Amino acid sequence: MIRLAGNSQDGIQSAGAFLARLAGRSAQEVMTYMTIPSTISGGPSIFQVRIGSGEVLSSGDEADFLVAFYQHSYQDHIGFLKEGGVLLYDSDNVQPNLDDKRFVYVGIPITGLTVEALGGTAKDKGKNIFVLGLIAKVFDLDTEKLTNLIRERFAGKSDDIANTALMAFQAGYAYPVGNVLTKLYQFEPAEKTGDRAQVTMDGNQALAYGLIAGGVRYGAGYPITPWSSVMEILRSELPKYGGLFVQCEDELGAVSMALGFSYSGHLAITGSAGPGISLKTEAIGWASMAEIPLIIVNVQRGGPSTGLPTNVEQSDLYQAIFGGHGDSPRVVLAPATVEDCFYTAIEAARLARKYSTPVFILSDSSLATRIEAFHEPNLREVMLDAKLDLTPPSASFKPYPLDHVTRHAPPGTKLGEKYPVVTGLEHDEWGHPTGSPKLHMSMTAKRRRKLQLLGEEIPTPKIYGERKGDVLLIGWGSTYGPIHEAVKLAREKGDSISALHLRHLNPLPNGLEQIFAGFQRIVVVEMNDEGLYGYGQLATILRARYCDPKISSLTKTDGLTFRVKEILDGVLTQK
Amino acid sequence: MSTETLPSPAPDKLTKKALTADHPTWCPGCGDFAVLAAFYKMLEKRQLPHENIVTLAGIGCSSRFPYFVNTHGAHFIHGRAVPLASGVSLSRPDLHVFLFGGDGDGFSIGGNHLEHGARKNINLTYVIMDNFVYGLTKKQTSPTSPIGYKSKTDPTGAIDQPVNPMKKLISAGATFIARTHSTQINHMITMMERAMDHPGFSVIEVLSECVEFYPGAFDAANPRKGGALKLIEEKKYDNTPEDDARHDITDELAAYKLANDPFPGWFGVFYQNDRPTKNALEKKWIDTTRAKFGGAGDVDMLQKTFDRMK
Repeated sequence: MIRLAGNSQDGIQSAGAFLARLAGRSAQEVMTYMTIPSTISGGPSIFQVRIGSGEVLSSGDEADFLVAFYQHSYQDHIGFLKEGGVLLYDSDNVQPNLDDKRFVYVGIPITGLTVEALGGTAKDKGKNIFVLGLIAKVFDLDTEKLTNLIRERFAGKSDDIANTALMAFQAGYAYPVGNVLTKLYQFEPAEKTGDRAQVTMDGNQALAYGLIAGGVRYGAGYPITPWSSVMEILRSELPKYGGLFVQCEDELGAVSMALGFSYSGHLAITGSAGPGISLKTEAIGWASMAEIPLIIVNVQRGGPSTGLPTNVEQSDLYQAIFGGHGDSPRVVLAPATVEDCFYTAIEAARLARKYSTPVFILSDSSLATRIEAFHEPNLREVMLDAKLDLTPPSASFKPYPLDHVTRHAPPGTKLGEKYPVVTGLEHDEWGHPTGSPKLHMSMTAKRRRKLQLLGEEIPTPKIYGERKGDVLLIGWGSTYGPIHEAVKLAREKGDSISALHLRHLNPLPNGLEQIFAGFQRIVVVEMNDEGLYGYGQLATILRARYCDPKISSLTKTDGLTFRVKEILDGVLTQK
Repeated sequence: MSTETLPSPAPDKLTKKALTADHPTWCPGCGDFAVLAAFYKMLEKRQLPHENIVTLAGIGCSSRFPYFVNTHGAHFIHGRAVPLASGVSLSRPDLHVFLFGGDGDGFSIGGNHLEHGARKNINLTYVIMDNFVYGLTKKQTSPTSPIGYKSKTDPTGAIDQPVNPMKKLISAGATFIARTHSTQINHMITMMERAMDHPGFSVIEVLSECVEFYPGAFDAANPRKGGALKLIEEKKYDNTPEDDARHDITDELAAYKLANDPFPGWFGVFYQNDRPTKNALEKKWIDTTRAKFGGAGDVDMLQKTFDRMK
């Protein structure tokens, strides 16, 4: 694992992204992790790339190789370097404590050499690519593939920029790093698994392309970190498919416009982070009542309020499930990995249409920004039709039939004599407003029943590890990697521990109680607070649902992803 | 309330009967009845395809409108009907989008959306029935209540300066702005027709009396109650000396001046311009993008994107 530590404007993310992309092309497993400050420009930042020929489950706890651009980068991150690990530092800016004999020190005047290689105007811009060249040399990376990646990255820009980048790369690669670092490394070549090529992208990209694959062609949003890039991608991509994404005046306008698209027969998406979802809540209640399909993406960050805008947290689960006025059941899905963002988006689109209901996708800032390589999907098989359906329904059509799931008839559909009003008022089967207690009871039950029906089709999740044992770890969302890596490590040491990951959070899959029966302890691992009564958000819901006192909670709120060690320590100390 | 229309042969013609739905829940004498009657008459006259008419609304007395019109319709939440209608308009060029609401919905809770719908010039027609009071919640001050109006929230009289709807719409960039009075059926029909024919964000403010909470509010502009209806005379471009005094509806400053006249003010078209709609601009972008990619199918298009990520 390589960790690059510098400032956010130094372009370490793009250097890291090149490494990730290269690993993806070489059929290596890869996972990245980054932190960025919430300041506009500047501030400490890291980018971490973990590459392996086996299964890479998490971005890793400890670095094998640390690149420090500044003194603060060195001070803050030396603790993450493994004993025997290599510290590559910019000797123009960093003075490490050379007396600490645990590490291998490689000092290179990165700033000076970059300026020298590129000439005056660029100053030290380009030192990220210089370092990429250094890393390529140290790890004997495929320079041809890397230079191609650099050319592709700057395609469409002026030749100067691409040439400057290549010059920086060549200068880094040509530096006689062998004089100071005697041992060079090499990644084990990876076996190609399956015949599908790998694609490399971050979670927001996978989510956006998953929505397109799910036949979503319209959407509306408002900028907020870390959701914005989903919106930016869709704004540029949807016109290619004849669709449209609109940046609105505010979150309320965005969800309302998305509902306008959906009402018109084009399943639409809106999204935000927690604060923006709060603003959309009233309209989502309308979607429940009016039974209009809608996809709502929440890329979670640390909250409440402006909170920790660039950190990760899973504290919006309650908001997704319960964050509405009245009884307004909605579907909540949470992708586990970057790849899963793609497939979860398709599933959300399918469920929203089939059950004419709002569907939440709960991603988070670590999934949104980290880059993973995965086998490219078989688009012909997985893509859903985006066609507008104005087929006149049967003569018995009613907009809100009590005895089956609502099928929305969008405007433009010919309907004989009577046309329906889609409404947020409680209504009868024709959409006429009603204050009848009997109708409110039966319509509330109708809206609940369709989600219970949906629950029937959710598969019981697979257990990682044995079906019986001491401990079952339960996770949701982006904690998939560290939880599974923790279980893998503990099992290798002989612990009796398994894991279960929930992708469907509302409704929950059936069959969990039988699984729980096989374990002594069930520990729900999640990145939120233990709450007033000592249980995290999913743990509380599971305890309410199953009334099982074996269910306990491991939570944290430091705004960082779980480290494998934290999970193992947390589970062991709970005994 | 759940009175279904009696079965009859499918109407080929758009008649009042075909357009009538639930009986309105408004108080007897409410100005909104006349707005509804004018809307029926306008649709009858224009004979649009029945299934392509969409009637939308937010929340308020007047926002009950969609229930009383037998077309596709939606009754949305308070203040957000403009973005809802914008979504319908932008994704469905085949539909005629009509939006109805009141002064609270349009100028207060939905004020920001009105600004941006106007600025973006989204192709739809928005009829705002302005009664200067919150009627559905039973007499609170509205954004258009005049200073001194006694309501349950201002028992000694309203103190805040009211919104001037015409000035607000002109400055926001709406491209068709008109004002009418619910006692003037023919004038309302003319304004609705011109608004519908205007490509862009067309807004009509109708002074529509709340007989329950603000009776007589608009008598000053009702000749039958001793008032005077001051109609805007539009320029005819006939090279006569009289024409100089007539209003140029493309002149923003002239419109603003008209809007500045004290209550009850002027009636008719204040302003109109032919700035391109967001609908047209987005379509242009979609068409050029599609052309650039040779109109590739969805699967091939996404595959191309994935190929770049390998």
